[in-house]
Order: sequence, then structure tokens, then C-alpha cells
Amino acid sequence: MLEFHWQAILILLPFAGAAGCFLWPQRAVPLGLFVASGIVICVIGAGWQLAELGTQRYAVGGWGAPLGIDLYTDGLSLLMLAVTALAGLGISIYSSGYFSHERARYFWPLWMFLWTALNALFLSADIFNLYVTLELLGLAAVALVALAGGADALSGAMRYLLVSLLGSLAYLLGVALLYHGFGSVDIAILAQRVEPSPVVWAAAGLMSAGLLLKTALFPLHFWLPPAHASAPAPVSALLSALVVKASFYILARLWLEIFPFAGPGPALLMGLLGAAAVLWGGVQALRQTRLKMLIAYSTVAQTGYLFLAFPLASVTGWTAALYMLLSHAAAKTAMFMAAGNILYFGGHDRIADLDRIVQRLPLTITAFALAGVSIMGLPPSGGFIAKWMLLEAAIRSGQWWWVGILIVGGLLSAAWAFKVIGYAFTRSEAPHDTRKIPVVMEWSALLMAMLAILLGLFAPWPLALMEIGSPFDREGSG
Amino acid sequence: MNTALLYALVGAGLFFLGLYALIVHAHLLRKILAINVMGSGVFLVLVALAARTGEAAPDPVPHAMVITGIVVAVSATALALALALRVQAETGRAELPEEPLE
Repeated sequence: MLEFHWQAILILLPFAGAAGCFLWPQRAVPLGLFVASGIVICVIGAGWQLAELGTQRYAVGGWGAPLGIDLYTDGLSLLMLAVTALAGLGISIYSSGYFSHERARYFWPLWMFLWTALNALFLSADIFNLYVTLELLGLAAVALVALAGGADALSGAMRYLLVSLLGSLAYLLGVALLYHGFGSVDIAILAQRVEPSPVVWAAAGLMSAGLLLKTALFPLHFWLPPAHASAPAPVSALLSALVVKASFYILARLWLEIFPFAGPGPALLMGLLGAAAVLWGGVQALRQTRLKMLIAYSTVAQTGYLFLAFPLASVTGWTAALYMLLSHAAAKTAMFMAAGNILYFGGHDRIADLDRIVQRLPLTITAFALAGVSIMGLPPSGGFIAKWMLLEAAIRSGQWWWVGILIVGGLLSAAWAFKVIGYAFTRSEAPHDTRKIPVVMEWSALLMAMLAILLGLFAPWPLALMEIGSPFDREGSG
Repeated sequence: MNTALLYALVGAGLFFLGLYALIVHAHLLRKILAINVMGSGVFLVLVALAARTGEAAPDPVPHAMVITGIVVAVSATALALALALRVQAETGRAELPEEPLE
């Protein structure tokens, strides 16, 4: 079993699942849940292989680089696959209760395509294949946003599509320049050949600008809140938890492996934008009157923390950012699910009219509160471990001023989380009709929130995983 | 300046021309066309730079990339047109709202 090509299955399985769900819409739910469980098993298999044999490279169809497409697994890509598998399983279970029959027949094939694109992206070993998977991801994500119907969701989806295409084209132009300069698109080969030159700087600028736009880093975040907030709840969860992280993953790979000579300038710029995102996202979240808009702005803020790893530039800094990514994925999935439950139950998500939701949906509000604990960064959650490591990296590298951002960001998150929970206890002036929620929706939200907390207790496992074939060591100063 | 470099510069020019149009025009059809002009610009750069090696046969790899890119561009344009039609049917205008709706 150790020689088995888990990578190929990780892409083929959701792809076959998408086709199956499209052809047999009546069977879509069991088929989707089967595929989701299958992916979790494949990720465990790939992780075992990685732990035993080290990094894996698989040439698709027997054609190696530079001509063929290679799939490559190291600790970083496995971690991303694992995050996707766990959050994806939770979202699949939640979706089995959320969608009406009519919507489900469109949701499942698109979600399986999106999962295919994510897995293929994390396994790609060359920058052109990353472009293709990035586009596949964008198209599936836009179609999923549009699934909600209505003027808000359609406009949000349209804006998202234009932004996404613009980002990918800027990235592709960068790929063209790099290929022209160094005759390869393989990351490992480029890592050896690329040297600073005006063409490389132009390529780095174009690719980074495109990816920053897709990651919604402040001030390029304008498209994210309307798209994420107007989508159906499971779609908001997977967009915030997984899709924006994919372009961050590519950015991290590019700057760590292909442009490590960049020096402190660009890294500091990204760190500053990240810090601005933390503050701006937090303040905007606090100002929102709709729950889903609030959570979407919190995604803008939480994405900002990831970029603090660039100026910290140490193994601890990168590990902290990845841990932040992991715990944010779990917590944000839970939070959007909880918001989805509230919307499903009461028909609205106005924060001021939550109307004693504590008594009426106790599991849901527990999930929201637990996810909030992780997002604020209180112990013993995953968010706490991540912020603690960021703090350590900041102090060790003598850049203590980032600590201020961590504290203010945490306070802002605490402020909006307590505001929401406060309204959940009070009686609303305008009572409204409610409808019963499927049990799986409440429990899957709670389980994802508990996962976010448990990540704080079982931190050593994922941390050990990240170190296999780690691209971070090259930075040296850890 | 040789022909290949000239084509590559024209490609880069098309890219930025498209970017300008994407930003200034409000009508969705114009925005979709602008994205397509940008895409053609990138493809032109790829094809032109493939011929810059100076050998008799140009490098085939960028051509393969362009073919893949065209497939992606066709699908993206189809989705964008379908969405634009639905936006117009829902809101009565083929434009995006100035401020994101609350």
C-alpha cells in the first residue's frame, strides 16, 4: 500500500463523484458523502506514505517534467489536503440537510468539481498547472455563489468572477515571463534557475498582484464580503475556509521556493497589508448589522494574520500562519454553518433580532461561541496556539510591533463575538415565524467548532506533519 | 527589435488596454470583452516568446499552454455571459451595483 499513488486518487475520486452526482441527481447526497469519506481515507493514506517514505513525486501518465505534469506531495501540501478533507467532510454532512432537492442537484456536482480543483491545486508541481487549477476553482466557486439566486447573489457572483479572471490572467502573464526567462514551469527546476532580473521582478509582481486579489488581502478585499455573504451557507463556509486559502498557498510556495532572494521589502509590504486587513476587517465586522456580512468581514481580518508570516520569515512564523489557516478553516466553517442554521430557522440574519436563539437553538449558538473562542485566540483553541506562535516569532525576530496587531485584532474579534452572543440572549421586538432545522445541520456545526478547539489540544501532530519536506527551512533564521 | 519581441510588446499592450477597459466600463458585456482582450494579450505574449529562441522550429510548450488557456477562456466567458444575462433578468440592468448591496 505504501507504493500506491494516493495523489492520483485524490483528484480522480471527487472528479468521478462530480460526474456521478450530475448524472444521478437522485443519488447525489449518498454519493457525495461517500466521496467525502473516501477523500478523508485517501488523505490518511497519503499522510502515512509521506511519513514513511518522505516527499512523493508522481509523473502523470509516465511523462515526467519538463514535458508532462507532475504531482508532488510534501508536508505543506498534505496539510492543505487534510484541511480540505476535514472541512469538506463537515460541509458535505451539513449540506446533506441544508439543500432542497431542486438546489441539491446543482450543488453536489459543483462542490465535487471544486474539491477536485482544490486537491489538484495542492498537488500541482508546476506553476502552469497551478494556473489551470486556479481557474477551475474560480469557475466552480462562482457558480456555487450564484446558486443562491436573487439579485444580491448574482451580482456578488458576477463581481467575483470578473475579479477572479483578472487575478488569474495577471498570474498567467507572470508565468509566461518566467517560462520565457528560464525555460521551465516546474517549481523545483525554477527554484534552481531563477535569479534576480527585471523580468523576474515583473513576473513576481504580476503573479503576486493576481494572487493577492484572489486571496482578498486588504485593500483588494472589496469583492469578498458580498460574494461570501450572499452565497448559501455551506458555500460561504467552503469559500471562506478553503477557497481563499488556495491562492495564499500558491503565494507562499512562490515566495519561499522561487523568489527567496526577494529581501525584506516585498515581505514587509505584505506584512503591513496583512496588519491593515486585521484592523480594517475587525472594525468593519463590528459595524455590520447582518450576521453573514459580519462573518465575511472577519474572514478579511483573519486572512490578514496569514500575511504576517512574510515579514517574520522564520520557521516559527510560517508554522504559525499555517496553524492559523488550519484553525480558521475549522472555526469559520462552524461559524458560517451556525449562521446558516439561524437563517434557516428564523428566515433572517439580522443581528439585532436574534431573539433568544440561545434557548431555541442551543447547539447552534454553542457552536458559534466555540468557533468565536478560536477566532479570538483564547486558550485552549487552535487559534490560541497559532497566535502564540506568531507572538513568539515576532519577539524572536525582534519585530515586537506585530504583537500590537495581534492584541488589537483579538480584541476586535472578541467585541463582535460578544455583541452577537449578547443579542442571542435578548427577546426581539418583532417575533417571526420559525421552521425546524435538520439535526445534521446543528450537529455538524458543533462538531466543526469542537474541532477548532481540539486543534489547540492536539497541536503537536499537525506541527510534525508540516516539517516533512518543509520549504520553510530555506529561510534559515528559525 | 525583431518581430517576436514586437508581438510580445503588442500582447502586453493588449493586456493593459483590456485592464483599462475592465475598470472604466460599467456595462457587463464590455467588461467580459475586456477580460477576453486581456486574455488574448497574454496568449500573444506566450506565442511570440516561443518564437524568440531564433531556431527554425519554435518552442511547442507555450503553444500547448495557449491551447489550454483558450479552453479555460471559453468556459469562463460562457459562465460570465450566462451570469450577465441572469443579472440583467433579475435587476433590469446589465451593470453591477455601485455599492455592494446590504
